[in-house]
Amino acid sequence: MAAPMLRWWCLGRRWLLACIDGGSRHGRGAAIGFTSSRKRGQTSVAQQPLITSQKSRKGEHEWAAVVGLEIHAQISSNSKLFSGSRVHFAAPPNSLVSFFDASLPGTLPVLNRRCVEAAVMTGLALNCCINKKSLFDRKHYFYADLPAGYQITQQRLPIAVNGSLAYSVCVGKKPSRVITKTVRIKQIQLEQDSGKSLHDELRSQTLIDLNRAGVGLLEVVLEPDMSCGEEAATAVRELQLILQALGTSRANMAEGQLRVDANVSVHHPGEPLGVRTEVKNLNSAKFLAKAIDSEIERQIHELENGREILNETRSFDYKLGCTMPMRDKEGKQDYRFMPEPNLPPLLLYDTESLPPGADPQQVINIDWIREQLPELPSETRERLIQQYGILPEHSFALLNEVGLLEFFQNVIKETRAEPKKVTSWVLNIFLGFLKQQNLAVNESPVTPSALAELLNLLDRKAISSTAAKQVFEELWRSEGKTPSQIVSEKQLELMQDQEALEQACHTVMEGHPQVNNIHPPISLPGTLTALKRALDKVMDVKRGNPRAINKLIGLVRKATLSRADPTAIKEILERKLSP
Amino acid sequence: MKGGRGRHCGVSAALKQGQITPTELCQKCLSLIKKTKFLNAYITVSEEVALKQAEESEKRYKKGRSLGDLDGIPIAVKDNFSTSGIETTCASNMLKGYVPPYNATVVQKLLDQGAVLMGKTNLDEFAMGSGSTDGAFGPVKNPWSYSKQYREKRKQKPHGENEDSDWLITGGSSGGSAAAVAAFTCFAALGSDTGGSTRNPAAHCGVVGFKPSYGLVSRHGLIPLVNSMDVPGILTRCVDDAAIVLGMLAGHDPKDSTTIQDPVKPFTLPTLTDVSELCIGIPKEYLAPELSCEVRSFWSKAANLFESEGAKVIEVSLPHTSYSIVCYHVLCTSEVASNMARFDGLEYGHRCDINVSTEAMYAATRREGFNDVVRGRILAGNFFLLKENYENYFIKAQKVRRLIANDFVKVFNSGVDVLLTPTTLQEAAPYLEFIKEDNRTRSAQDDIFTQAVNMAGLPAVSVPVALSNQGLPIGLQFIGRAFCDQQLLKIAKWFEKQVQFPVIQLQELMNDGSSVSEIEKLASVSLKH
Repeated sequence: MAAPMLRWWCLGRRWLLACIDGGSRHGRGAAIGFTSSRKRGQTSVAQQPLITSQKSRKGEHEWAAVVGLEIHAQISSNSKLFSGSRVHFAAPPNSLVSFFDASLPGTLPVLNRRCVEAAVMTGLALNCCINKKSLFDRKHYFYADLPAGYQITQQRLPIAVNGSLAYSVCVGKKPSRVITKTVRIKQIQLEQDSGKSLHDELRSQTLIDLNRAGVGLLEVVLEPDMSCGEEAATAVRELQLILQALGTSRANMAEGQLRVDANVSVHHPGEPLGVRTEVKNLNSAKFLAKAIDSEIERQIHELENGREILNETRSFDYKLGCTMPMRDKEGKQDYRFMPEPNLPPLLLYDTESLPPGADPQQVINIDWIREQLPELPSETRERLIQQYGILPEHSFALLNEVGLLEFFQNVIKETRAEPKKVTSWVLNIFLGFLKQQNLAVNESPVTPSALAELLNLLDRKAISSTAAKQVFEELWRSEGKTPSQIVSEKQLELMQDQEALEQACHTVMEGHPQVNNIHPPISLPGTLTALKRALDKVMDVKRGNPRAINKLIGLVRKATLSRADPTAIKEILERKLSP
Repeated sequence: MKGGRGRHCGVSAALKQGQITPTELCQKCLSLIKKTKFLNAYITVSEEVALKQAEESEKRYKKGRSLGDLDGIPIAVKDNFSTSGIETTCASNMLKGYVPPYNATVVQKLLDQGAVLMGKTNLDEFAMGSGSTDGAFGPVKNPWSYSKQYREKRKQKPHGENEDSDWLITGGSSGGSAAAVAAFTCFAALGSDTGGSTRNPAAHCGVVGFKPSYGLVSRHGLIPLVNSMDVPGILTRCVDDAAIVLGMLAGHDPKDSTTIQDPVKPFTLPTLTDVSELCIGIPKEYLAPELSCEVRSFWSKAANLFESEGAKVIEVSLPHTSYSIVCYHVLCTSEVASNMARFDGLEYGHRCDINVSTEAMYAATRREGFNDVVRGRILAGNFFLLKENYENYFIKAQKVRRLIANDFVKVFNSGVDVLLTPTTLQEAAPYLEFIKEDNRTRSAQDDIFTQAVNMAGLPAVSVPVALSNQGLPIGLQFIGRAFCDQQLLKIAKWFEKQVQFPVIQLQELMNDGSSVSEIEKLASVSLKH
């Protein structure tokens, strides 16, 4: 149970930071390129769904919202972007700090090959054009957790540009339609993370932890092609899945490995884009959607009341459920960009341009990385639909939970049950249990093999589905037992003995003397009404009422402790009752 | 060839033959450091460390396992190179008391060769200056102020001023290193060279000052002035010694991504006997109006010397030279503004007492920690980097830099092997004279012949030629093709041999001249050929 607690703690601390310091440390990079992207963004405005203001009495004003995102993903690597310090979450403060990370004078950056490969791989997965030459720049600002007084980033010529991210939203229920949308990716740049400031209000001091300082980040800039919180959250979720599939970032929002800033504006369709605000500190998909939607609402409300939107940075107050201006972000910062003189241009090659006799340790071949690309989430979903014939929304659900797909596939491997049956069990019962107890897939007490065995029992009609659920509950509670053991211990097998079943049906019918011209039981007056009802049912059946036979089946099942196959019961009853 | 330095056998040979032990040598140098303390060449004298290193070297010699030519040789390091466990100040209040936890790569390489570190030498604050007069520990005095050669010339002239206040500057910013080598307190010293900071004081102090090609020697651990121009410089009493030290320092450093990838082998400088195949270029733009007659005359004598020995000497043009100083000013201050941002009082160095807010702390710390020169350059640099100015200043300066570098490329492509130029406009100025102008003006004047080389990343060496009428050293500069450092030094060595620059005579000054003359006999590391 340690993991959820840890997450909670981090979340708490992060918000504490956000409240005092007001500074998500990462959108300071943010403004890069937004102006230009907004110009281009206009073309896509026509496709934006319209939001009708709640205050429609002021005129039938329709508003369109425009949302762009800047996402910082921590690169999953053993060491930092420019130094040999280890990267590890929740290590003791300042235990992972090299001389370079602490900006000791005279130290120089040395680029981490792994981070470059991660950026290239991510760029390829996001359909980007990989720049064979990219440059590093210094971005200056004074902040206590930025020891050098500048961040090394890629402002002029980033490693990857002009990509796209497709994400899908399911619309409607049964049958649901999957709509695929695309958001353009302006660029992906490599840059350093900053350290963390911990503000101790009690002693009015700020403590600096440089463990995070210099960790490699991928800044992914999404063009303002989205129009609401849900779209943004879905796009982020898809990016998260891609990064995780690639292994280029763990992309855990709660651990700060994925941080999102949103640029939000509203306007009337056909008119120029409105003034945008930047919303920071979006630390979970849920808050991301909420923050964006509340910011859209706020902007509409302001404009409808004749007020102006200021080009400002706001943070989302998750308690109040709305965005608030950030005090320390007032005024324009001039980052005084300049080329990083200690790093030569980053040169990448493809098989064609690879210099002959080049040391493989010294060069990065884009084609080689392309060959190593794993199956991407969209491809996985397509494969699931093709291979198992499952519904599109189920393919999404299977990918949405860390480890769930793997669990599903392991169950499939070991069971004869239909994939649809497996999907239903994994998504409804298994996932339901996990959610109820707030567990991750890898924390589940039920193994894929156990579930597979259970589904096998069900498949060969050794148990009823009611019994199967009982077995599952039992499996969840008592680890170590196999489904078969539980079935035999609890005597949950279906009655395979035709004679015994006939006998059971007979007994139930025996309880209804009217049908068989037997004297009605008169012993217990209290049961008279019940018997009367049962009798009626038999009569109903005879009159051809199908609901009545179901009731009778129920009674037989009850009498057999649910161990009888309803189909078999029905068959016997129908035969016995037929005139 | 009386008084020529080339006659002495090398100290390295003396150590190997047991004529002197590393400890004796170290103690002699320490005693000279004490005697010349008034020169203010050293900020920190690492006596204990030095003696310990000498002791270890001595053990190696006794076992016959010397590490090479530098084992047991006293060296000094400019106080802007990080030295593990030894205070490194950059002559700034900002770094007073700062003890780095690591050695600069060049320092480590020298120590790995068994060199004995005598101490850290004085400079202009953060190497910003051309006089070694603007540091937090006071100015460095030029040993030649106290030489017999200079004093005798002074006596001939009537002057009412107090002799003691009439001392000369060393040039800079590596003035401490130049003075330390000139005064025999060590055999080689590291300087740094961003716009001439090694060659300028070398010329004023009558020593060899070598600036290697950019990328040949690691900058890791050198506290930067301008990263794209800085190189560790080498100051020695002869060209051969500079070559030996270069051989130890050159090569790729995984900690400095701007160093060359190809391995560099240690080498000894061959003796050039014939210069008839050489083509020497004389850049006409270097004939500046401010150039003193004497320097000009030695420059043309040098050209004649080459010509008379059969070399081809031609006038060449570096047309963008006149833009170099202003271009350098923009690029230098911009990088300075950036590099100095880390000195905020948080992680290391000076921190003020003000703690009203982080911003107030930054402001006061930086005001107290930096001198006016540094603060002025930070201000200018930040101005040039502002969004609205970046295109007009920084980008333009970078373009001009490219033009300047191309000037050199064109000249070298035309068949010129080396360029011969003055190093400085004139000989060393008296301190009182020098400080009449501000640092910026002085730097602009004094870097005129040296700093274009840094823009282009080329190797250059200042070789002492002769004494002026005043009895002060004059140096000339050779500029070579990028990464043709050895060829450059080979030519410089030939030239050095021809000119036979006189040895500084400091005996009178030190009451007892014994220690100087003893060391003087072992003036160089190398064996003369």
